[in-house]
Amino acid sequence: MNNDILSIYAHCGLRLSRLWIESARAVPLAGHVGFDSMPDQLVNKSVNHGFCFNILCVGETGLGKSTLMDTLFNTKFEGEPTQHNQPGVTLKSNTYELQESNVRLKLTVVNTVGFGDQINKEDSYKSIVEFIDAQFEAYLQEELKIKRTLHSYHDTRIHACLYFIAPTGHSLKSLDLVTMKKLDSKVNIIPIIAKSDAISKSELAKFKIKITSELVSNGVQIYQFPTDDESVAEINSTMNSHLPFAVVGSTEEVKIGNKMVKARQYPWGTVQVENENHCDFVKLREMLIRVNMEDLREQTHTRHYELYRRCKLEEMGFKDTDPDSKPFSLQETYEAKRNEFMGELQKKEEEMRQMFVQRVKEKEAELKEAEKELHEKFDRLKKLHQDEKKKLEEKKKSLDDELNMFKQKKTAAELLQNQAQQAGGSTTLKRDKERKK
Amino acid sequence: VSNSSSSTSHVDVFQYYTLPCISLLYKAGGPVVDFSYVGIDAILEQMRRKAMKQGFELNIMVVGQSGLGKSTLMNTLFKSKVSRKSVLATAQEKIPKTIEIKSISHDIEEKGVRMKLTVIDTPGFGDQINNENCWQPIMKFINDQYEAYLQEEININRKKRIPDSRVHCCIYFIPPTGHCLRPLDVEFMRRLSKVVNIVPVIAKADTLTLEERDFFKKKIREELRANGIDVYPQKEFDEDAEDRMINEKIREMIPFAVVGSDQEYQVNGRRLLGRKTKWGTIEVENIAHCEFAYLRDLLIRTHMQNIKDITSSIHYEMYRVRRLNENNTVVTHANGIPEHHLAAHEM
Repeated sequence: MNNDILSIYAHCGLRLSRLWIESARAVPLAGHVGFDSMPDQLVNKSVNHGFCFNILCVGETGLGKSTLMDTLFNTKFEGEPTQHNQPGVTLKSNTYELQESNVRLKLTVVNTVGFGDQINKEDSYKSIVEFIDAQFEAYLQEELKIKRTLHSYHDTRIHACLYFIAPTGHSLKSLDLVTMKKLDSKVNIIPIIAKSDAISKSELAKFKIKITSELVSNGVQIYQFPTDDESVAEINSTMNSHLPFAVVGSTEEVKIGNKMVKARQYPWGTVQVENENHCDFVKLREMLIRVNMEDLREQTHTRHYELYRRCKLEEMGFKDTDPDSKPFSLQETYEAKRNEFMGELQKKEEEMRQMFVQRVKEKEAELKEAEKELHEKFDRLKKLHQDEKKKLEEKKKSLDDELNMFKQKKTAAELLQNQAQQAGGSTTLKRDKERKK
Repeated sequence: VSNSSSSTSHVDVFQYYTLPCISLLYKAGGPVVDFSYVGIDAILEQMRRKAMKQGFELNIMVVGQSGLGKSTLMNTLFKSKVSRKSVLATAQEKIPKTIEIKSISHDIEEKGVRMKLTVIDTPGFGDQINNENCWQPIMKFINDQYEAYLQEEININRKKRIPDSRVHCCIYFIPPTGHCLRPLDVEFMRRLSKVVNIVPVIAKADTLTLEERDFFKKKIREELRANGIDVYPQKEFDEDAEDRMINEKIREMIPFAVVGSDQEYQVNGRRLLGRKTKWGTIEVENIAHCEFAYLRDLLIRTHMQNIKDITSSIHYEMYRVRRLNENNTVVTHANGIPEHHLAAHEM
């Protein structure tokens, strides 16, 4: 048996990795080796590196998103509350550095600004989906780079999406259903009922049941707290049944008994944020931060990001195997894509050249036409000119003729006059002759 | 955070998670409820849980001439029969005509921490008359592991956890000549220090006296420096001043002079791993006798994660950059048939 295993392994490194899993044998240790410190080494490395966690808060304006974040993380995060007159839904993200004992956390809180404020809310979900995709895209680009620095990359992918449901007490709004449906394959959704001090306990129970059944009947996949690890399976499965969490947020402190507690004070009583009989805030904090933060990050990376990556790469035309089921390398497919692209480019170039030639021809024809017209005009003018010249000459000629005739007449007349003077008596004859002329 | 009106089941859970922090909350005169505690540091516990569930992988390669005690040292390091020789039924093995790469995997567990250990043996290294290019099959093997990982990584449908077969650490056995490094040693370490973490050790160090050992070590360190060979822990990968301080101490001690043994003897009333000779018993884990304990601590107890990190974030990345930049890449299948050549490209 051993020889078989070894002969399989021998010489062939690549095949080695594929048979990796089937080959290991369990071996007992005769003493303390020391690799039980591995989890500590891993944790120390992560502590030195720092953690990052990104939360997206989706909900209508005025549902207390910023206040809840402040309450969850015990700090005052943001500036002023947003107005209700936004033209569209925009996402505002802020990054904070928090530290607790030796753990440094880079927390990014993304808020939807103007969600639910428009008259036509059909496209409200689009900017949210685009934002989430943009973070995936940025990570994918970094991963595909040749020279990459993944271990120092600031991960901006959204790890948890807190969806704030308005405390109507009846059911989910259609905007909520549509948005959650669009987001459930891209991000871990944790639905919460905001400002739940507006609902009474009995109404709350009915509200939760209605919400859960609506989510199920519409096929919305919300984040389930993991129950595969025995140490947290019990608490996680209990919490799963309490979803959606009904929360109240407050950063103001009120004195109850002899302690200062975070609460909201009304004339009829005080809602204590961290009192589990009053609201589920403690459950939310427990689940989101203290128990499942790492799982949220892992699900984002191994499920949502992988799905995005797969779709994106397939969209770009990459495949894992070609028709003969021989594995492609990414480079090969890229080369093929590049050739295709170059071909398209060339075709476009050809088209443009054709168009250019065509235009030139047309212009030339036009110019030729114009030239011809000009020539014709010139010829006409010339002819006109010549005609006129001829006429003029004829007229001149006739004028000259007349002048000559006149001169002749004049000379003849003068001659006659002289003859008449010479032969005095025959003037009457001449006059008669002249009269006859 | 304690709360008078909370139900009992939650008090239990709270105690589980807030236990590490209760020391912070106690001031003189009794418990003080600290409202500023959020619970971010609970992520450490979450990470630890995840790591315990997933288990760890470690791939060590041993390189050296036959007879230098490689198998014994592996067995001593992991206190069990992990080397290939122990698994093989045949007691006597012929020195192979060419270098072979053979490996064997084990699942070991200690205090709930599971590890998949793979020991990669290189019989035939340095044993031929003409040892030219004996590093080539080893380089090829290491690069093949990087290649396999890369192929998995660039798949569209990726596995949740890519099996890591990359060689994390290569222990190079230097024969205890006492003089200096041989040309073969220099050549091998020079080439391989660029692709893998090399940990050089002086094998069978019980043949050297302490002065000879110190002299030998000094000579070796000089030669490594003169040839520009960067062995683990590499100076350029020290992360901060604290790291550098720890690693400098280690760098002043390498190569470790080790003695391996998987047999226990009675010494001063205790059973210890050692080698029994007529003139005394060499205790393997006694730092006055040999430096095995330092090697074990470095490899396993303190720097294991760091070794894996350097392999994945530096050596593997360098391979990946080189591979993706290659002009005429020849893509080979598992059966070794090369596919058509590709033209130049960049991703």
